[in-house]
Amino acid sequence: MKRTLLTGNGAAAWGARLAGVEYLPAFPITPQTEIIETIARWIDFGEMDCRMVTLDSEHSMITAAGAAAVTGVRVFTATSSQGLLYGMEMLYTVAGWRAPFVLVNVSRGLASPITLEPDHNDILAARDSGFLQLHCATCQEVLDCILLAYRLAEDERVRLPVIVNLDGFYLSFTREPVEIPDAESVARFLPPFDPENLGFRAGAPLSEAVAVIGGTPYSYFRYQSHLAALNAVDVFAENAAAFAQAFGRTYQAVEAYHCDDAELVFVMMGSFATKAKEAVDRLREAGEAVGLLRPVLLRPFPAADFRRALSGKKGVIVVDQNLSMGKGGVLHTELASALYGYPGTTPVLVSFIGGLGGRDISAEEFYEMHAVTRQAVSEKRAPAPRLLYTEVELREMKKIQAIARVQGLKEQQT
Amino acid sequence: MTETQFKNMKDLPSKHLLGTGTSLCAGCGGLEALHEIYDILGAKSVFVNAAGCMTLLAVYPFTPFRGSWLYTAMASAPAGAQGIRDALDILLTKGRIAAGEDLETVVLTGDGSAYGMGLSATSGAIERGLDFLYICYDNEGYGNTGQQSSGATPHGARTSTSRGSSGYPGHKKDLFSIWVAHRPTYVATVVGAEPLDLARKIEQAKKLRGPRLILALAPCPTGWDFDPSETAEIGKLAVRTGVWPLKEYRDGKVVHSKIPQRRLPVEDYLKRQGRFAHLFHPQRDEVLLQEIQTKIDIYWANVEG
Repeated sequence: MKRTLLTGNGAAAWGARLAGVEYLPAFPITPQTEIIETIARWIDFGEMDCRMVTLDSEHSMITAAGAAAVTGVRVFTATSSQGLLYGMEMLYTVAGWRAPFVLVNVSRGLASPITLEPDHNDILAARDSGFLQLHCATCQEVLDCILLAYRLAEDERVRLPVIVNLDGFYLSFTREPVEIPDAESVARFLPPFDPENLGFRAGAPLSEAVAVIGGTPYSYFRYQSHLAALNAVDVFAENAAAFAQAFGRTYQAVEAYHCDDAELVFVMMGSFATKAKEAVDRLREAGEAVGLLRPVLLRPFPAADFRRALSGKKGVIVVDQNLSMGKGGVLHTELASALYGYPGTTPVLVSFIGGLGGRDISAEEFYEMHAVTRQAVSEKRAPAPRLLYTEVELREMKKIQAIARVQGLKEQQT
Repeated sequence: MTETQFKNMKDLPSKHLLGTGTSLCAGCGGLEALHEIYDILGAKSVFVNAAGCMTLLAVYPFTPFRGSWLYTAMASAPAGAQGIRDALDILLTKGRIAAGEDLETVVLTGDGSAYGMGLSATSGAIERGLDFLYICYDNEGYGNTGQQSSGATPHGARTSTSRGSSGYPGHKKDLFSIWVAHRPTYVATVVGAEPLDLARKIEQAKKLRGPRLILALAPCPTGWDFDPSETAEIGKLAVRTGVWPLKEYRDGKVVHSKIPQRRLPVEDYLKRQGRFAHLFHPQRDEVLLQEIQTKIDIYWANVEG
């Protein structure tokens, strides 16, 4: 198999094409749009047998995606940021329909202020929706995760929609060498969608998503979805093994990098974790026993994998590219709840917030986070969460604010 | 109207398809219309529902429908219909289901969704030429939440969010014309109290493909404040006073299917409903009554030309 230079968006489109997607409800939004444009071009030139329809909004788009999936076809769709939130009501709704399809989210910071560049507040807002979540760090992973996502979504033990997440700009518009598997191998790994009991047919009337009265049936159906999501931990591992056999690339729910002998471990998700990898290499060269854990699977949360990997570690450096206002980093909270109260898993957890709205995290900052955590371990107490921001940035910000003030005064005078 | 199998009342179906014993209010004019529509439309259909009174027709584990049903959300039932229609077409094209398994895709919403929150999704579905039938039961307010004013509430009506002496200050939106402006296949107004007219229009709609709207006035004893036994009478008066014109749009033309001879004064309709009681008690609001009557007169003057 040859490797081709593809953007993350291009890799997402190839994932959908190889998965034999039959239906694409769409709506444009930066930085996702290239995905639907690429597929539209393939459809127009007869390279892909898929029906595409542009809806009036993401809310409608996700409704149509769920409705088509429960009617029994393989569905793909994509969005970003504001679009994901505009469709939020339907994310919860179609997950409750147990509609198995794949949605690619190209992460982008949320308004306000409005921005185009990435962080993870958009995707984490969908954390509790019932959609499963796979987080990618490279363009190759984007393509592969879409194939893994369909097999996961359609498995009869799961039957839930899956979001595959990639970071806007850093992955969406960055070209990397990607191995595009051949269609025959993909078809063997991912056979056509068998909807089994799903579908609206004249000969087999079906009422889907009817109202319930009272907490008893409501709780029952909600618990079913939760248990199905939990099943996805083992199903993902099975699928990843089959994937490795078919394509030679190995995926784990939590990717571990130099963790076995590490005393301190970075935990990060998405493309910025590749920056952490680089920092781990440099720190190791300087003699530090440090590693990295990166969740690929965020829903279901691979708690057991984290407990295993962090057992006996001294400190954990959690770098959240998101901010839950008034609380802090979401990944930090998730990790704390997974580790607390389990014997043998009592590292000091230190929380950092960085990379919001595409802000870079420099190598020096990784070294500093490592040093702060090293200190916390020796003091046996975690400091308050740190918001990454440099003095240079603060000076730059003051300058911008001064310009804004001058402009404001000019406006008043004219 | 072209040839019809419904020449008189005897021709209407005597067997009824929609189950009874639902949790809807006694005397529901929307349910009356739906019964009549479903008898002619048939069970080879999938109803895509938006949040509203009729969401409570199908409550686990019961449904009155013999065909299929999908509840979506308040704003996006037409998008749900798009997904189902497209998926069925894909399955039919690829031979994965037999032609006999195909279904008529039907959207069922109240006026809250049809005139307001769902309008963007509806407009999109029409512009794409989606093959679907939209049934709106118009009870002129957010009925399921206790009759707050909606975009369909008539001028002067009391609602639970317009309790003052002049009632609702806005004017009922013209959904019929909004649809017509999109140049869809078919648009018709109906009321359950005129079953023959309704039957002919469903018969028409069923023969056609593309975006089709059946806009049913739904007299609502609970929200409009009248006795449930009077639903049919109120519906008839809506037609005879000219408040609710029965009409259809086809092939670029609007045709009135029933032009009331000797229109009754609108107050014959208004005074039967508690939501307009403030127009008559403690004293007659001549200005508002005249305003309402004039608007109806102007409408019909334009029709009769």
